[in-house]
Amino acid sequence: MQNNEEINRLKNLVQDLLDESRKQGATSAEAGLSLDKGLAVTARLGEVETIEYHCDQALGVTVYRGKRKGSSSTNDFSPDSIRETVKAACSIAGFSSEDDYAGLPEQHMLATQFPDLDNNHAWDIEASSAIDIALECEEAARSLHVEISNSEGATVNSHQGISVLGNSLGFLQGGQSTRHSISCSVIGERDGNMQRDYWYSVSRNAQALESASDIGIKAAQRTLQRLGAQSLSTRQCPVLYSAEVAAGLIGSLVGAISGSSLYRKSSFLLDALDTQILPEFMRIHEQPHLQMALGSASYDGEGVATQARDIVTAGVLQGYVLSSYSARKLGMKTTGNAGGVHNLTVDSGENDFNAMLKQLNTGLLVTELMGQGVNRVTGDYSRGASGFWVENGEIQYPVEEITVAGNLKDMYKNIVSVGNDVDYRSNIRTGSILIEQMSIAGE
Amino acid sequence: MDIINQVKHSILSPYGMEEKDIDKIMDSMLSATVDDADIYFQASHFESWVLEGGIVKEGSHSIEQGAGVRVVSGEKTGFAYSDRIELSVLLEAAKNVKAIARQGQIAQKKIDKVAGYPSYYDAVNPLKSLADQEKIALLRRVDIETRKLDSRIEEVIVSLVGVHEKVMVANCDGSLVADIRPLTRMNVTVILEENGQREQGSMGGGARSDYGYFLDQDKALQYGVEAVRQAVVNLQAIDAPAGNMTVVLGPGWPGILLHEAIGHGLEGDFNRKGTSAFSGKVGEKVASELCTVVDDGTLPGRRGSLTIDDEGVPTENTVLIEKGILKGYMQDRLNGRLMGVKSTGNGRRESYAHLPMPRMTNTYMLAGKHDPEEIIKSVKKGLYAKNFGGGQVDITSGKFVFSASEAYLIEDGKITRAVKGATLIGNGPEVLTKVSMVGTDLALDSGVGTCGKEGQSVPVGVGQPTLRIDGITVGGTSV
Repeated sequence: MQNNEEINRLKNLVQDLLDESRKQGATSAEAGLSLDKGLAVTARLGEVETIEYHCDQALGVTVYRGKRKGSSSTNDFSPDSIRETVKAACSIAGFSSEDDYAGLPEQHMLATQFPDLDNNHAWDIEASSAIDIALECEEAARSLHVEISNSEGATVNSHQGISVLGNSLGFLQGGQSTRHSISCSVIGERDGNMQRDYWYSVSRNAQALESASDIGIKAAQRTLQRLGAQSLSTRQCPVLYSAEVAAGLIGSLVGAISGSSLYRKSSFLLDALDTQILPEFMRIHEQPHLQMALGSASYDGEGVATQARDIVTAGVLQGYVLSSYSARKLGMKTTGNAGGVHNLTVDSGENDFNAMLKQLNTGLLVTELMGQGVNRVTGDYSRGASGFWVENGEIQYPVEEITVAGNLKDMYKNIVSVGNDVDYRSNIRTGSILIEQMSIAGE
Repeated sequence: MDIINQVKHSILSPYGMEEKDIDKIMDSMLSATVDDADIYFQASHFESWVLEGGIVKEGSHSIEQGAGVRVVSGEKTGFAYSDRIELSVLLEAAKNVKAIARQGQIAQKKIDKVAGYPSYYDAVNPLKSLADQEKIALLRRVDIETRKLDSRIEEVIVSLVGVHEKVMVANCDGSLVADIRPLTRMNVTVILEENGQREQGSMGGGARSDYGYFLDQDKALQYGVEAVRQAVVNLQAIDAPAGNMTVVLGPGWPGILLHEAIGHGLEGDFNRKGTSAFSGKVGEKVASELCTVVDDGTLPGRRGSLTIDDEGVPTENTVLIEKGILKGYMQDRLNGRLMGVKSTGNGRRESYAHLPMPRMTNTYMLAGKHDPEEIIKSVKKGLYAKNFGGGQVDITSGKFVFSASEAYLIEDGKITRAVKGATLIGNGPEVLTKVSMVGTDLALDSGVGTCGKEGQSVPVGVGQPTLRIDGITVGGTSV
């Protein structure tokens, strides 16, 4: 249920910002506003640890004086503050340089259809009930095995937000959405060495969350599997990225084909449009209108209509990830990605996780990565890793204190297969990804 | 006007609040089982200017204010905040958080200690320290001078950021303290192209000061020179080696080693909970005796420095490791109380909308006795790492990474070829035991560090002299 009365009140505020901008000399303007309320409770060692009540609001305006741009924001919604915020943005626009590419999106690109994306499911939960869920989750983890020796706790989070966007071309839209999660992180100990791992579930709808006890049990199982980890000798071998870390690999690809990286020439995939960047069996596409999905939106950060589209077909790059500004800089049209991609989906093969392990045969399964270690200009890649050594398709023992390295351009071309064990918790939806060979550094 | 009155004037007065209203809010939070309670007021102004493609294409400005109320009872914390600094709103928030403690009213202590502390930076407003035209002229000058340095330059991006923040902390012990915190940051990134190959270089700096900091000795132009130098070096770089080897770390920013390998692991919360690889190790040897490491929030003007932390406690120069022996942890009020020690002034929060926790300030290793050149000469075969990007640590297993952005091979005691960036990985409780030489050249970083913990970002500093580590894993591709 959308709270239309509240949305209309906030739409009026955004309209006030736009009107004030025109009054103060802006030739065009864009304004946005968000309001978010939530509750977060954490239980640790069988007791409540924190109860946090969240309540955030922010409004921002971007004004154009001809081809000069200025932005300003505040968390004070009073009429005085709105005037001052617009004044600050207009003042900046008086000092910034003329930029031929600056400005609002073209009118005909703006969204006109606003389908219900089923992303608003308020969870009417009291702090005391949230505590009970967190306690149940942590208890399930702690009671699983004697080697679970300590806990970082279990957390229940529930948030509901409203966001409104408007511009001086007449676009004015707003909507309500929710996001709920349960997470748990526990510590195991063996021979004086500790390991921790975690699990979480997140959804627009609390009913769709994994059960508290399942989350706790998974967190504990993951921790237990890591006990007794050892390093590997330095070598080259095939590497299987589990689904939760594979999303990051695809995230680097999105960064490399994003407009701002391209027009700054700071991308390892410059001029790659219509060329083979992935193996022929791979398809990557955007699905902005999926019901209840975390990355769904009918319009982007500028009000431009989002669209379902292929980004990679048969391994060939079909399109970039552009806002109207970066599109103009590149002499192209916006792809409706101001603010990022929407439910970017890597099509899966036939293999489930076990079949992926069999296909890996002997090599490294990576389940966690550490540090940044990605050079976006050259594609050089070197990150800390932990996971499991696999032989003949069977997990042998946990490994840690190693790095995995390569160059992303080669890594993408050397993808052998994509599993159907998709992690739906991310805006990038992919299964595990097997790469033919990478460099492992260890002891 | 002294700092406390300046801050009261700009945070309370516009909303019709007075000091006695703070007593009212505190009063409504306190009960018999409350161990600690505070109200944190904050107002901040932020601006940023970005030059790209030869033009100052955008600027942004932001004003935020709000207050957070917190009640602590044993290990339990109740927390709420509001961006409206109004008595009725904050009373409601106080009522909510009080539920964490059991009922029963105690006599409440009125604010009776309005404390002032010697400040480690001036109460200046960076945003007003230069006219907007002058800020733009500075960015343009850096762009023009940097582009003159090398014909292979494709793009120059220059950014300038300033923050003027006022905070005030009222504690249930009756104290009220305030701080005015300026913070500036400038950064230059260049992209070079040669024969179709591209590389980038980046350099920046900052301080708790106004923008005059960047004009002093033309620091701003030096960032451009350094960014170009790094990009040129990386254009020549060959594949980095892979495997365990002797590594020499340069002075200054490579001190990110200390931040990741031991700093986080020595934060009080993890040790109170027993989740750190360093838990229970006070008094034990965790480093070679050449190593003395401190966390010092009192360095004048430094990015990580604070006059008072976000719980109103004055910062200190805290010895973490002395001649290899673990001396103590960094504490905030809650974890210090539960561990039976005092806060070391390390209770920090990103904003009024976040809970405080133990965080680092400026973490560095004291200088040793070795000539830095001697340290390089002592290595037959290894890696010299001069500049780094970010890092990360798993405090429970102790494993940490930090990624070199400028590194060279050492062959027969000489620095030879530049190698591509690579991630270094090690074990926190072990790595400093392998430090076999410590240079005389202690340097602190240029003022660019931002540390993330549990989703909260705070500015920090790091530093160290040149160090030799006898064995750490280098994550190159050259097996």
